[in-house]
Amino acid sequence: MELLLDSLFNGVAIGSVLLVAALGLAIVFGLMGVINLAHGELMMLGAYTTYVTQLIFKLPILKPFYNSYIIVSIFLAFIVSGVVGILLEKTIIRKLYGSPLETLLATWGVSLILQQFVRSVPLAYGTGLVISLIIGLFLPTTFPSKIKESINFKYFKFSSWIFAALTGVLTGSVISSTVSKLSRASARNVDVTAPSWMRGQVEIIGTAFPKTRLMIIVITLISVIAITLFLNQSAWGMRIRAVTQNRQMSDCLGISTEKVDIITFGIGSGLAGVAGVAVSLLGSVGPNVGGNYIVGCFMVVVLGGVGNLLGTVLASFGIGIMTDLIGAGRLLSIWPDMPIPLSNTINFFATTSMARVMIFALIVIFLQFKPTGLFPQKGRMVEN
Amino acid sequence: MRISRRILAGLATASLAVTATSCGGGGTSGSFDDTVTVGILHSLSGTMAISESTLVDTEKMAIEEINAAGGVTVGGKSYKIEYIVEDGASDWPTFAEKSKKLIDQDGVPVVFGGWTSASRKAMLPVYESKDAFLYYPIQYEAQECSNNIFYTGATPNQQSEPATDFMYKRSPAAGGDFFLVGSDYVFPRTSNTITKAQVKQLGGKVVGEDYLPLGNTEVAPIISKIKKALPEGGIIINTLNGDQNVAFFKQIQDAGITPSSGYYVMNYSIAEEEISTIGPEFLEGHYGAWNYMMSIDTPASKKFAASFKKRWGADRVVADPQESAYNMVYLWKQAVEDAGTFDDNAVREALVGQTFDAPQGPVEVMPNHHLSQTVRIGEINAEGGFTILEETGVVLPQAWNQKHPSSKGFACDWTDPSKGEKYKL
Repeated sequence: MELLLDSLFNGVAIGSVLLVAALGLAIVFGLMGVINLAHGELMMLGAYTTYVTQLIFKLPILKPFYNSYIIVSIFLAFIVSGVVGILLEKTIIRKLYGSPLETLLATWGVSLILQQFVRSVPLAYGTGLVISLIIGLFLPTTFPSKIKESINFKYFKFSSWIFAALTGVLTGSVISSTVSKLSRASARNVDVTAPSWMRGQVEIIGTAFPKTRLMIIVITLISVIAITLFLNQSAWGMRIRAVTQNRQMSDCLGISTEKVDIITFGIGSGLAGVAGVAVSLLGSVGPNVGGNYIVGCFMVVVLGGVGNLLGTVLASFGIGIMTDLIGAGRLLSIWPDMPIPLSNTINFFATTSMARVMIFALIVIFLQFKPTGLFPQKGRMVEN
Repeated sequence: MRISRRILAGLATASLAVTATSCGGGGTSGSFDDTVTVGILHSLSGTMAISESTLVDTEKMAIEEINAAGGVTVGGKSYKIEYIVEDGASDWPTFAEKSKKLIDQDGVPVVFGGWTSASRKAMLPVYESKDAFLYYPIQYEAQECSNNIFYTGATPNQQSEPATDFMYKRSPAAGGDFFLVGSDYVFPRTSNTITKAQVKQLGGKVVGEDYLPLGNTEVAPIISKIKKALPEGGIIINTLNGDQNVAFFKQIQDAGITPSSGYYVMNYSIAEEEISTIGPEFLEGHYGAWNYMMSIDTPASKKFAASFKKRWGADRVVADPQESAYNMVYLWKQAVEDAGTFDDNAVREALVGQTFDAPQGPVEVMPNHHLSQTVRIGEINAEGGFTILEETGVVLPQAWNQKHPSSKGFACDWTDPSKGEKYKL
C-alpha cells in the first residue's frame, strides 16, 4: 500500500511538471494550431520572473512579506510571459497563420533571441523593458471610449508608449541601483530558493512527501481547473472554442477573431510563465531551462490528442507514472518473483536514460495505432 | 512568405556572425626582442561558456605574469607572448576546425584548450595528424595517452580513488553502501566503472547506479531508487554535470537525503565556482575531492587567488580547473626555455621531468604526459568553500587506470620509443 502510494505520488509529481509545462502549448498548438518553438523560452521568462521577484522581496521594505513571494511571482510570471506572448502574436505569428513551416522557423528564431537576451541584458533593464511593454500595451485600452474613437487616438497611443518607455527606463535604473545582483548581465545560471515554509517534507499516511512537489501539483491543478472553467464557462472561452471549430463562420457571426487570437495566445503564453515558476523550484534557472522541456511538451500534446485538454492531462500523468514505474524499477518490487528473462529486461530499462528511451518508444508505437492521440478532435472542421 | 524569407536571411547572417568571432590579444610594452603567438581555444559561447571562460581568464593572467617578468627567453632572445583566442562554441567539431585554423593559418607553436572530453576527442586526430601540441587542463576519465596532448588535470587515481577510499574508510558513513549517480556521458560511466572495481576490492557494496541524460532535471525516480537502496543512509558518489547538480541537490534535500540523516555525497565535478551557483545551503556537509582548493593555506595558493581577484574582480573565485590551466602555461614556458626552441619535438622532450611550484604544491611532468599531483578531500562549508580534511602525498598519474578492467596492467611512456602509448607492465 505504501509502495503504491509512493509510486502514484511520484508519477503524479513527474506528470504535473509535464502537464503544467504542456498546458500552455496545448492551448496554443492544440486550439490555434500554432507550432510555437519559443514556448520553452516563455517558460524561461517565467522562471526569471520568479528569480527577480525573489530578489525584490529581499529588499528591506518587502522583507516582511518574503514568504509569500512565490505566490506573487505566479501572477507576475503569468503577466510577463503573457505580454511577451501577445507581442509575439501581434508582430510575428499573426502574419504567419496557415503556414506552419514558417511559424516553426520564426518562433525558433524568437527562442534564440530570447535566450541571448537574458544572457546579454542585465535583468534589471529586462524587467524595465517588460514593464514598459505592459504599460504600452494596456494603457491605451483603459482610455475612455470617447478618446478611443477620436481621430487623434494614434497620438494618444504614441504618447502612452513614450510614457511607458520612460517608466520602463526609470524602474530599470531604480532596480539596477538597489539590487546589485540584477545590475550586470550574466550567462551564469541563477537560483531560486523556495521560502522556508515550502522546504522539507510533510507526512501523509505514514509517507513523507517533499513540499515543493506538492506545491507544483497544487499549481498545476489550479491552472487546469482555471483554464477549463475559462474555456467552458466564460463568454470569451466560448468564442475561443467557436473560432477553433470554424473560424470563418465565427468571423461572419461577428466574433472578432483577431481579439480571440490575441487572448488565446496570451493565455497560452501566460501559462508557460506559470510553468516557469514551477520549474524554477526544481532546478536552476538559466537561458536553456525551457528548451529542456519543449520536446516533452509536444509529446504530451500529441499523445493526448491535439486540441483536447483532458487528453493532455491524462497523457502527462500517464507518462509520469510510466516514467516512475520503469525508471525506478518498481515493477520488480511489485512482482518480486517474476521470470528471470523478464526481470532482466526490466532491470535493463530501470535507469533514467533507458526509461526515457522506453517511454519514447512506447509513445511512437502507440501513435502508430492511434495517430491522432488518445482523444482525437471530433466533429467537422472547416480546415479539413 | 516575404517575412519568412527576411527572417531566414536574418538567421543566416546571425550564424555567420557567430562563426566569425575571434580576437587577437596582448598589447605592446616593455623591451622584447621578438614575439611568439600562442593559441587559446575554449568555448566562449553556448552552454560550456560559463565554465570555460574562467580558463581563458586564467591563461591570459598567466601569460601577462610571464610577460611582466620578462617573457620567454629562447636562445638568448626574449620573446613576448601574444595570444589568439578562438571560440569553440560548445560544439565539438568546431574545436577541431579551430585547432586546424590555429595550427595551419596562425602557425602557433602550442594550443591551450578544451574542457569536455568530447571536445578533446574531437581535437585529438587533428593534433596527431599535424604533429602539433595541445595542452588540456581538466580532470578527466583518462584511458587515453596521446603523444600530442599534455594533460595537466587529474586522472581518476588522482581524484576518485583516494576519494572512494576516504568515503569507505574514514568518512562518517564509513563502511556503508555506495550509490552512484552521474550524467549520462563518458566521464561518469568510466569513473563509476573504476569506483565499482575499487569498492569491490575494499570489501564494500555498490547497491545502485543511475545516469541522468544531459539536460534532464527530473530526479524523482533516482531519489526513490536511493531511498529504496539506502534506507538507512550511506555513501552517494556524484558525477553529475553542471546544472543537473542544482536540481539534484535541491530535490534530495527536500526528500530528506541529507548529511544529518546519514547520507553523504562525494562530488567530483563541484568546485568553488559551482558551490556558489548551487548554493552552499544545499551542499554543506557533503564532500569534494580536488588537487587544488581555494582554501589551501600556503603562500603560493594565496598569491594565486589574490592575483586572480586583482585581475578579474574581487567576487571571483579560483578552482581546480583554473589552477591546472595556470600550471600548463608556466610548464610550457619552462619547457620551451629548456629546449631552446619553439619546435614541438624538442619541447615535448624537454617537457617531461619539468617541475613547477604550483599553487597546489610541487608538480612534475611524468613520461606519460600527465602531472604528478597532490589530492585533497574537503568538506563543503557554509561559506561556500572547502574545509580540507585530508591531503595525500604526491600521487603519480595513471593514464591507463589500474582498476578499470580494460586497462589493468597497462601503462604509457613517451620517453621510451619501445613503450609509447600503451604497453604491458
